[in-house]
Amino acid sequence: MIHDFATIWAQRADVLSGLLNTVILLVSSALASLVLGALLTPMLMSKRKPIARAATAYVDAMRCAPFLLFVYLIYFGLPTLGISLSNWWAGAIALILYNTAYMAELLRGAWHELPVTLIESGKAYGFSGFTLLRRIILPPIFLRAMPMIGNQIIQIVKDSAFLTVIAVNELTHEMTGIQSTYFIPFAAFVTAVLLYWCVCLAIEAGTGALNKLAEERRA
Amino acid sequence: MTAFDYWSITRGALSTISLSLASIVLGVPLGLALALIRWARVPVLDRAVYSYVSIVRSCPTVTLTLLIFFALPQFGLSLDPVPAAIVALTISTSAFNCEVWRSALIEFPRDQYDAALSFAMPRLTRMRRIVLPQVWRASLPGLVNEMTLQIKSTPAVAVIGIVEITRAALRVGSNTYEPLPPFVFALVLYGVIVYVLLRVQRSIESRMRHGEARQGEAA
Repeated sequence: MIHDFATIWAQRADVLSGLLNTVILLVSSALASLVLGALLTPMLMSKRKPIARAATAYVDAMRCAPFLLFVYLIYFGLPTLGISLSNWWAGAIALILYNTAYMAELLRGAWHELPVTLIESGKAYGFSGFTLLRRIILPPIFLRAMPMIGNQIIQIVKDSAFLTVIAVNELTHEMTGIQSTYFIPFAAFVTAVLLYWCVCLAIEAGTGALNKLAEERRA
Repeated sequence: MTAFDYWSITRGALSTISLSLASIVLGVPLGLALALIRWARVPVLDRAVYSYVSIVRSCPTVTLTLLIFFALPQFGLSLDPVPAAIVALTISTSAFNCEVWRSALIEFPRDQYDAALSFAMPRLTRMRRIVLPQVWRASLPGLVNEMTLQIKSTPAVAVIGIVEITRAALRVGSNTYEPLPPFVFALVLYGVIVYVLLRVQRSIESRMRHGEARQGEAA
């Protein structure tokens, strides 16, 4: 058993490149889906019926679809429409589009809890449109939704493992490769599980620190 | 797509449903047991459950499935794909269910428990008559939410060759060279399953409310 883990250690370059790829996918899709989610949220709550209905339909469809199905849809479906992508980009786009819907839904929930007076006083001070959104509405919403955003980012980590089926070189994919070369499944996958755990602990620590910072600033 | 293609995806739906049902039936009580261990602060087990939940919650279902299917034979315990899938899904859902049950147990009013103690109720009756009915009511939405997530994570077991909705759709797509229609049909099937679950939750909740109202009238 120790020997198996020594083999993994000998392959650390591959393991690290897999981990790095997972982290890059995670960071870029977390940021992109947060930004897009923040833009989608006002559409969900729009007073114009068609916009609100379209945005709600998108969010509901994403919330019903399993991530793997959506990955296949992007990976096999887009080329049918004449858009061909590399595996990595197909995976990243699937992660972003899928999680945008969840982020938008989280932010909408936080928006509903926001006191109306805050927005009204913002308007009274002459903020409007995008500035109102950026300066007055979004900051408290982000703070309120922070723990849930943290959970969703952990969900992105877990979703990224699905990308192994379309041969994106993330952690699980690298580990499957090592496992099938050296026949050390236990060591390979336990290492993967522990590395995922470390990533998630880092995310939890990160959101916790941000939360604390925000509370100190508010106080 | 021919009628046979539709039929094969629908058969995939049967295996998705039976796998999720099996893991839910095993995972919900297991989660309750884990939550009770943490609630009762059983000395060493308490820490063990804490680590278990923390690791499993951050572990992608794909990686967990691969770990169980490929690594257990190393210890002389080889499982067929279906039992391996059920074990993997149960492990992952039990960790999430544990958190749902535990938050309901934390919310449980202490004075009721003390009242039951002062009536000299034996431990089992105390759990069965006082604690569980209320905790069950409080956890139901969280549990159903976790069930829908569970259904959406069943495609993960396709990596060990189980044909469920997503994989069946993929097969049909690669036979007909038209990936979009089978994926859209698969999406509809998932939508139907999740919708039925939500309806069941609503009806159970309304029945509970009726029950409470009737008890109120009697008192």
